[in-house]
Amino acid sequence: MLGPFLETLIGGLLTGVLYSLVALGFVLIFKASGVFNFAQGAMVLFAALTVARLTDEIDGKALGLEHFVIAAAVLGAALALVGWYAWREYVARGSGPGERRRLALLAAGGALIGGVIAFAYGKGAWPLWVALAATASIMGLLAYAIERLVLRHLVNQEGIILFMATLGIANFLDGFGQTLWGSDIYTINLGLPKDPIFLFEGVFPGGLLIDPAELFAAGIAAVLVVVLAVFFQKTRVGRALRAVADDHAAAQSVGIPLNTIWLIVWTVAGLVALAAGVIWGAKLGVQFSISLIALKALPVLILGGFTSVPGAIIGGLIIGAGEKLSEIFLAPILVQAFDLAGGGIENWFAYMLALIFLLFRPQGLFGERIIERV
Amino acid sequence: MSVPAAAATAAAHVIDVVNIEVIYNHVILVLRGVSLSVPAGSIVALLGGNGAGKSTTLKAISNLLRTERGEVTKGHIHCRGERVDGLTPNDLVQRGVIQVMEGRHCFGHLTVEENLLTGAFIHGNKRRQIADDLEKVYHYFPRLKERRSSQAGYTSGGEQQMTAIGRALMSRPTTILLDEPSMGLAPQLVEEIFEIVKSLNEKEKVSILLAEQNTSVALRYAHYGYILENGRVVLDGDAAALRENEDVKEFYLGVGGEGRRSFRDVKHYRRRKRWL
Repeated sequence: MLGPFLETLIGGLLTGVLYSLVALGFVLIFKASGVFNFAQGAMVLFAALTVARLTDEIDGKALGLEHFVIAAAVLGAALALVGWYAWREYVARGSGPGERRRLALLAAGGALIGGVIAFAYGKGAWPLWVALAATASIMGLLAYAIERLVLRHLVNQEGIILFMATLGIANFLDGFGQTLWGSDIYTINLGLPKDPIFLFEGVFPGGLLIDPAELFAAGIAAVLVVVLAVFFQKTRVGRALRAVADDHAAAQSVGIPLNTIWLIVWTVAGLVALAAGVIWGAKLGVQFSISLIALKALPVLILGGFTSVPGAIIGGLIIGAGEKLSEIFLAPILVQAFDLAGGGIENWFAYMLALIFLLFRPQGLFGERIIERV
Repeated sequence: MSVPAAAATAAAHVIDVVNIEVIYNHVILVLRGVSLSVPAGSIVALLGGNGAGKSTTLKAISNLLRTERGEVTKGHIHCRGERVDGLTPNDLVQRGVIQVMEGRHCFGHLTVEENLLTGAFIHGNKRRQIADDLEKVYHYFPRLKERRSSQAGYTSGGEQQMTAIGRALMSRPTTILLDEPSMGLAPQLVEEIFEIVKSLNEKEKVSILLAEQNTSVALRYAHYGYILENGRVVLDGDAAALRENEDVKEFYLGVGGEGRRSFRDVKHYRRRKRWL
């Protein structure tokens, strides 16, 4: 009995990590802007599609040259800008007022170089790491577009208005990704071993079966959490992000530029979406249904707390393990006791748990206390 | 003061507001021609009742107005002779003008020290300077040092006001726009805060534009005062002169005349019209 139990538990925990990755993106944006970003799922799909198409694993319909040239141009521009900022922040140790024209020129230069390289290279499957870098840059560009075209005009509006705006963004991205990259089912090959690993074969009969891809996902999630936690708690920009989440107006009054902060946070959320997209894509294939896993992130958030990075991870683990265990061990009991048809527990278990949490601990396990001075 | 004279003295002023009109949401006219100036190194008080336009004037200067759907539709604002309307709040903080908002607006989930550090955002990662500034703030507000690691949301109103002022100091301002520092505080605490503001003005050479409802305290600490009513400046003058002004005594200090009088007998003082 212990063997199957542990196996289900571990399998559930590892699936839970994948939920956590999606939930993490939500937490980031919520923490830094108080916006519940419904578009996170669409960003996951968009990132996964982009990576899949740039690496172009299956023969399929190959992309045109222009796709690669544009992607490379975006990558080049991003590298140039990031390099410039890093130089100014950490080498020159000072920041002048934003020199818009210089930045634009720099980005254009980077884009040109990137474009030329891609053109010379010709169209074709890019190695995974180049595709990842290009997709990361494209997610940055996307963040810039969202900030510029949507958020900037909605500063200090009600949360519900911003939420509706992200709903619009979600639908747009779902469609636009398919317009851009096609709507077939694609695959991403991370080059991981496909064969399951068996652990503790001596202890349990048959041992425990573990999927290496899920182990890999768990590793990525762990690294992301540590990096993000340090970023939020220890750095100047992280502190500014938390300040913006608490009070837009006050953050502006002390000279924190909201636009820059939002650009940063949406970019980081985009990168998290990229990580989630690649892992989910490798597991399930890149298809429209990936954007629906965002819905599974909701109970995770309610459990863990909307504002807590570790909460997103723990919440994911609980939901992942809970739904697998309930499916296998609770379902038979229910079937026996109430003469139900059984099955399907996996689908509602998470939401039921979330509901219970909403009733008794609305801020979640690790969410920030709702401060009320009396 | 005539227009050319104002232009000539602009260099000595940290803030010059020239005849601004502010409209919220494209329809609500809040300021109808407010002009004022803050000479370098002085404390200037902006007085008036609720809805007179004090906060709006400060927000027009710091440019926090735009996020509240307000807009300066006429007139202009100068900072040391440079035109600053149309810049972002961040630009103004870079130029040394920072607002301490009404109602304190601390970051509730951040600790007191983190709150202070957010004020140094524009200084990037100059660690030495930021550490020095932090010590300086703790020097002025020793109470904050005791509470440095508690969440700002759980500190008292006075401590939050100190945090808000200290946070502004971290940006190394030359001018602080201070909105209602006395709001919701015990009289004793109000005195304490004003004493600190005064010593900041004297020792750190920070100019202060102060919006206050508490006229008597404000006029004791300020050098110069403007009285706003209905979005217009109705009276201005040296603080000492304003304290002695019959109208001000009557309407703002509540000490005019003897005995009780029927409201009907109170003559409405003629509003002196100021064009600039």
